Amino acid sequence: MESLLSVKHVTTAFDTEHGKVISTSDVSFDVKHGETLAIVGESGSGKSVTALSIMRLLGKNGHVEEGEILLNGIDLAQVSDHEMQKLRGNDVSMIFQEPMTALNPVLTIGYQLVEAIRLHIPLEKKAAKKLAIEMLDKVGIPQAERVIKQFPFALSGGMRQRVMIAMALVCKPKLLIADEPTTALDVTVQAQIIRLLHSLCQEYGTAVMLITHDLGVVAEMADRVVVMYAGQVVETTDVYTLFEQPLHPYTVGLLNSIPSMDFDNKELQAIPGSIPANYNQLPGCRFANRCPLATEHCKTNKPELTDTGSGHLTRCFEWRQLQQGGNA
Amino acid sequence: MDTPLLTVKNVKTYYPVKTGFMNLQTSYVRAVDDVSFEIYEGETLGLVGESGCGKSTLGRTIIGLEPLTDGEILFDGKPMNFRTDRVSLSKQIQIVFQDPYSSLNPRLTIGDLLAEPLTVHNIVPRNEIQQEVTRLLQLVGLSETAKARYPHEFSGGQRQRIGIARALALRPRLIICDEPVSALDVSIQAQIMNLFKQLQRELGLTYLFIAHGLGAVKYISDRIAVMYAGKIVEMGTAEQIFKNPQHEYTKKLLGAYPIPDPTKRSILTQQ
Repeated sequence: MESLLSVKHVTTAFDTEHGKVISTSDVSFDVKHGETLAIVGESGSGKSVTALSIMRLLGKNGHVEEGEILLNGIDLAQVSDHEMQKLRGNDVSMIFQEPMTALNPVLTIGYQLVEAIRLHIPLEKKAAKKLAIEMLDKVGIPQAERVIKQFPFALSGGMRQRVMIAMALVCKPKLLIADEPTTALDVTVQAQIIRLLHSLCQEYGTAVMLITHDLGVVAEMADRVVVMYAGQVVETTDVYTLFEQPLHPYTVGLLNSIPSMDFDNKELQAIPGSIPANYNQLPGCRFANRCPLATEHCKTNKPELTDTGSGHLTRCFEWRQLQQGGNA
Repeated sequence: MDTPLLTVKNVKTYYPVKTGFMNLQTSYVRAVDDVSFEIYEGETLGLVGESGCGKSTLGRTIIGLEPLTDGEILFDGKPMNFRTDRVSLSKQIQIVFQDPYSSLNPRLTIGDLLAEPLTVHNIVPRNEIQQEVTRLLQLVGLSETAKARYPHEFSGGQRQRIGIARALALRPRLIICDEPVSALDVSIQAQIMNLFKQLQRELGLTYLFIAHGLGAVKYISDRIAVMYAGKIVEMGTAEQIFKNPQHEYTKKLLGAYPIPDPTKRSILTQQ
């Protein structure tokens, strides 16, 4: 099947007072129609920058240095700002981690929703308001007629995130980028939001690019997973293979460091060390300093993203060891 | 049976709500409402609950940062009184905060940050302070070179290690850990959790470990208390809570936790 979004060898850079800083390099992945792709990584791994590159929201000093971002064949890195504005909301929209900072605190929920609707759909004010109420009903907000008159501070975190989802999905976009949509929420509310996102996107046929650091959420929602580390994609595969047979030592370490919910009292295996600060200048693999499998070869040579068969990609020289050793 | 190190008896922390004309007090917010538990020496009690349930307020009340409305807190069998015994109590009980970015003074070097409590409380003679600072840094897995550097030069995980070193400086017996890993990345969380466990083994510390995630608490706790709307709704050994939860809320909390295994999608299948 044709891909909806195709990110090809994208390098994003920021201009700073200390010169140009490369944030992510050579990022490639595809999102197919209607699927949920999760991008996993720790803070600083470049997952949010990748999302902002797609949305063209990098700010004045950030830009896509190389590569193309094809949405339905249109290169988002090349289109004009005006065209991009038309695509945002209609074809691709985004929800953020902090639903409080994403909503305007001095405007009512209704005003903000109606504004967003009328920018994209030619509707009278009354009809737009009706649609806004319908949409709030749909995302499970009780007494929607009352809520549209309220300000964001009157709503809880979960309710605010529902408003964001309503706003993002009102034009039925083909792609929704969800940047840590449940990180700021309590677990019971997180479960509700996961269910809501899943059912709505299925109904609308919207593909989701889910950015998260929580492998539990990934296991729950994703069809395929992209693992990022230090600005690079290190592993790409479907969700079942990732948890069963990870082929990058970073993924293995990440899986070992989450406490399981069954009561077994096994020791947590932490990944030693932290992301090197100068990872762009390293001659070899960016994970080598924390990797249990690293050899001298890894420290001096850059691994490429290689296909291990059936579309399972990994950026590691030693992946065969992981395959033989099983889930190390 | 031994005396518990910490006894919390019917503790209440209420905040008055003032509204309307002349700021008359109309009602109370019952942040902590009639909570009782005991912690024994060398034990870890995990305290779990969602935001707003009063778990942090409880932790802060125990260490005297919030006023006690009613009830009693005993340390080592003796009633605690922060008005008269603040200095001696702070040597016994310390706290590690959630946010390692805001809990360290940005204008002090790590060396000064760690030397400050040592000087204030006369823990070691003046000429041995530098040695003691080095020992503390090594205890939490940092090198001596950290002394001359400022907090902003460290990552979140390293800062949390500094926060722990500072809590350890006074050689306390009880440490209240107020969501110490919530702000950290998963792989770093595991490092810090292992550090807490190792320090407990080496120094015989007692922890009150506050968290909103059940995963972290399960891994470190001997017993777990589940808190909801200011009250403890269930308390038991970690095994009891996970294998045989009794209270509806505990069951709901366990069920809402996404399991890192795509073959067991529980959240999307249950309604």
